[in-house]
Amino acid sequence: MNSVQALSSTGKTMSFAVKDGIVELVLHRNPCNEIGSASLEDLESFSETLQRAEQSVHAAIIYSDLKCGFSAGADLRELYDRSQAMEKSEAARGVREFLERIHHVLNVIDAVPFTTIAAVHGVVFGGGFELALACDLIIADKTARFAFPELRLGLVPGFGGIPRLKRDIGNAVVRDLLLTGRSFNATKAQQIGLASQVVAEGEALRAARATAAQIAKFDPGTSAAAKKFIKPIPHEELCQEIEIFCDLFSRPAVQAGLKKFVESEDAQPYLP
Amino acid sequence: MPTTDQTLTEILNLAAAHFKVPREKLSPDDDFFKTLGIDSLQTLDLLTKLENHFHVELPDYELQGVSDFRTLAGKIQARI
Repeated sequence: MNSVQALSSTGKTMSFAVKDGIVELVLHRNPCNEIGSASLEDLESFSETLQRAEQSVHAAIIYSDLKCGFSAGADLRELYDRSQAMEKSEAARGVREFLERIHHVLNVIDAVPFTTIAAVHGVVFGGGFELALACDLIIADKTARFAFPELRLGLVPGFGGIPRLKRDIGNAVVRDLLLTGRSFNATKAQQIGLASQVVAEGEALRAARATAAQIAKFDPGTSAAAKKFIKPIPHEELCQEIEIFCDLFSRPAVQAGLKKFVESEDAQPYLP
Repeated sequence: MPTTDQTLTEILNLAAAHFKVPREKLSPDDDFFKTLGIDSLQTLDLLTKLENHFHVELPDYELQGVSDFRTLAGKIQARI
């Protein structure tokens, strides 16, 4: 097996490959890249590869090839079905284990010494938004729409979203996004300092590749030192977030909210 | 600044073009979920198109209970 084959994988929910020193992870789980246990396994495989590839890669790009967007977030149907099939304490343990595993993956993506880019379009919600936030740069096309809708279910974001958002933008904006659960577009994302570039519909991946090619011109050791200095991982707050999420998850209101979402025949489950 | 009627006409034109529905099939008081046959994610897509077109920011909770083009035009007009 040559080095390129070793750094490539086709999973059930996403695939990745290395070309010209750039790792590209493409999300492809219908209907909209909901992140459940299969996605977590694929993300773990990806993060292990990122760690192995530190010496041979200078950038990583994460994008979706589904029309609906980057990701609609956590797989709420799987979360609900599993929690119903288990005793309450067992379900709580399962949620905590899932969160700890996904936090580990996102911390790896967050901290790799090379530059990571999320090229996003369409829906960038919840866990999908949190995956993008772990990256160094977010390049959004004009169709992109971001939101943390978790409060509608009686939860807070659980994949590290609050600490990373707090790290990257002002607390007042974080409160607005979190407490209202509202969505906002790519232009707003750029205005508040979240998206580094906004491009025309369908152009995010091309722009991300051009950005990665630019980054390749610089000394990787210097880039790594700069990144380590300006992008600390908020470990303590990330651990607190898991505790808050698990505490909230045990409440009956959350189970009721999940049930309502999963069983909804309303065409508007993603609207407040 | 456009009038509410102008805004309404632009919304109808934009919705027809984006969702590939004949313009003559859309009326101001239509339920756009039914007429366009769209789900919540497609509605957010339409919201993004409208925000970009009119250069406004419309929090999605303002769409709560809004299902016809005329009311939607009023919501947008209030932010132009």
